[in-house]
Amino acid sequence: MTLIVRKREEPIGWGAPVIYLGALAVALALCAGLLALYGKPALGGMAVLFRGAFGQPHSLLDGLLKAIPIFLCSIGVALSFRMQIWNIGAEGQFALGAVGATWAALTFSGLPGPLLLPLMLCCAFLLGGAWGLIPAALRLRLGVNEVITSLMLNYIGVLVLEYLVFGPWKDPASFGFPMTAEFPPGGQIGRLSAFFGPAFGKLHWGLLACPLVGAAYAVFLSRTRLGFELTACGEGERVARYAAMPYAMLVALVLGVGGGVAGMAGCIEASATLGRLQPTIMVGYGYTAITVAWLARLKPWPIAFTAYLLAALRVGVEVMQLELQIPAAFAPILEGAILLCVLAAQFFLGYSVRLRDPARAGAES
Amino acid sequence: MSPELIIALLAAAVQAGTPILFATLGEILSEKGGVMNLGVEGVMALAAFAAFIVCHVTGSAWLGLLAGGLCGVLLCAVHSVVCQVFLGNQVVSGLALTLFGTGLSNFLGTPFVGQNTGGFRALAVPGLADLPFLGPVLFRQDAMVYLCYCAPVAVWFFLNRTSLGLGLRAAGEMPAAAAAAGLRPQRLRALGVLAGGFLCGLGGAYLSLAHTHLWTTGLSGGRGWVAVALVIFAFWRPGRAVLGALLFGGVMAFQLRLQASGTNVPSSLLLMLPYLLTVVVLVFCAARARRSGAPAALGVNIEPEG
Repeated sequence: MTLIVRKREEPIGWGAPVIYLGALAVALALCAGLLALYGKPALGGMAVLFRGAFGQPHSLLDGLLKAIPIFLCSIGVALSFRMQIWNIGAEGQFALGAVGATWAALTFSGLPGPLLLPLMLCCAFLLGGAWGLIPAALRLRLGVNEVITSLMLNYIGVLVLEYLVFGPWKDPASFGFPMTAEFPPGGQIGRLSAFFGPAFGKLHWGLLACPLVGAAYAVFLSRTRLGFELTACGEGERVARYAAMPYAMLVALVLGVGGGVAGMAGCIEASATLGRLQPTIMVGYGYTAITVAWLARLKPWPIAFTAYLLAALRVGVEVMQLELQIPAAFAPILEGAILLCVLAAQFFLGYSVRLRDPARAGAES
Repeated sequence: MSPELIIALLAAAVQAGTPILFATLGEILSEKGGVMNLGVEGVMALAAFAAFIVCHVTGSAWLGLLAGGLCGVLLCAVHSVVCQVFLGNQVVSGLALTLFGTGLSNFLGTPFVGQNTGGFRALAVPGLADLPFLGPVLFRQDAMVYLCYCAPVAVWFFLNRTSLGLGLRAAGEMPAAAAAAGLRPQRLRALGVLAGGFLCGLGGAYLSLAHTHLWTTGLSGGRGWVAVALVIFAFWRPGRAVLGALLFGGVMAFQLRLQASGTNVPSSLLLMLPYLLTVVVLVFCAARARRSGAPAALGVNIEPEG
């Protein structure tokens, strides 16, 4: 018996969801096994995970709350993945965005809300974008691999944030805790519940940024010439230059704008959920965003859906932490396992695999 | 600076460079075969835990070392299967591996945080240890450092003086031609990834068995990424990898020494140094030569026929 592997002539159609669900099942089974290894109930633990993620009164709101920064960062990295530029620096760009927003909030604390918030978002966009432009410039000028530079800038960005919060920006009234002073009221993004009633929980106006950014991403890619060229550039630098496409400009654009959007996520997170800058806002959304972007195959609606899904799983892991004393590191394990399994399963989207009976094969030939 | 301080710093640089050198050599083996493995960071993190736990349970540092290496092989086997059998994107698979490996290391390691392990102790080489200057820097180290002195020579010999090494390089330069010549590029690539994983695992094992003798989370702290960068700095040559690892070991040792001396430079700025240096080093070697020495088919999967 041998395996025959063939390229599919036709797209797989409705087989795709089956493949994705199968991959998800394998990843979840693997994680359940790890729970058992850790001495916790495997099935019971997964049940807690899913109840926490989807089955509790607050699950939906908590999931959406976490989905906001994940979605924004994910759009940021998806933009560059489209043209095979590997921006994995969303975490650092997120950090720098939060830093930029905090600078604006602390410096212009007298401004009224309608002026201060846009200013904070602008500063976050600019600083996050500048952080993204560093790997772009190094790649274009010197041919330095953007994977490593953008990743190193993650570590550096988080340390910049920590330096500021532990040092010059530390609130004297914080009893030694590493945090800045609270933003002025005008610099804090309000909650939806103030308008629509308590049913909206902690959900805030930052949610609005998601459809705006998502729509801009979709329109840019499908309706503009530059967006088309962006995807075409994914075929390779030589092809792009041959077709006289503005390759260098596009690289700068995807890293700059992608970084800016991740920076906005940092601003929203600092302003809406904490009301100040604290090192605790760095919880790895930038890395989750990469998983989301790839799982969603860089398409806007799937990104929104996947961002919510992985955010909900993070909520579920938090419930597991509380109820079963599972370490928080279970979340990246889940994400890594899902990504690996889906990556492997995507093979079956493009190829079909059949068993061949040597006896029958002999008769055929 | 007194001579004693310089000697102490250099000895610390050799120690700090050891795990990075192991990992860099591992990544060179993998990339020479054409498979980019960005999972080094995760491999090192998990191998550090595997080495710690085996040493903790059995009391044998050598068994711990072996466990670290095997853990590296196992984790890189996942990468090999995803990329070579299922044609997954090498960059994404590597990132996922890092996510998974560091997560699993922190997950399984949480109950053991703060616990000590025996591990390797300094072992003076008779005769050589009494050499002036070189003795205390190079020959009063632990067994893994001595192992690390042999590793670059072994990797160089394997790549440049054995037919298997030649085949591996062929699989990384032009797999189709290698296949036409009767080689099996897929198997050679898998060999490169797995052998590389073993070396990365040894690098991770060093962290828990010799560097700290103590389990904490986040032990790898970006060293895996530094190793990936050093492969480019080294132009894929084991000899230059030694230079790069020493450079980074030096900066890390210097940074730690400065922190311990109670300087008033904030620690977050000092901690930035190795990462900044990585970027600077990449900029410098990019300015000198573009992609020099990179295997031609690096990152390109071999697609099945039909």
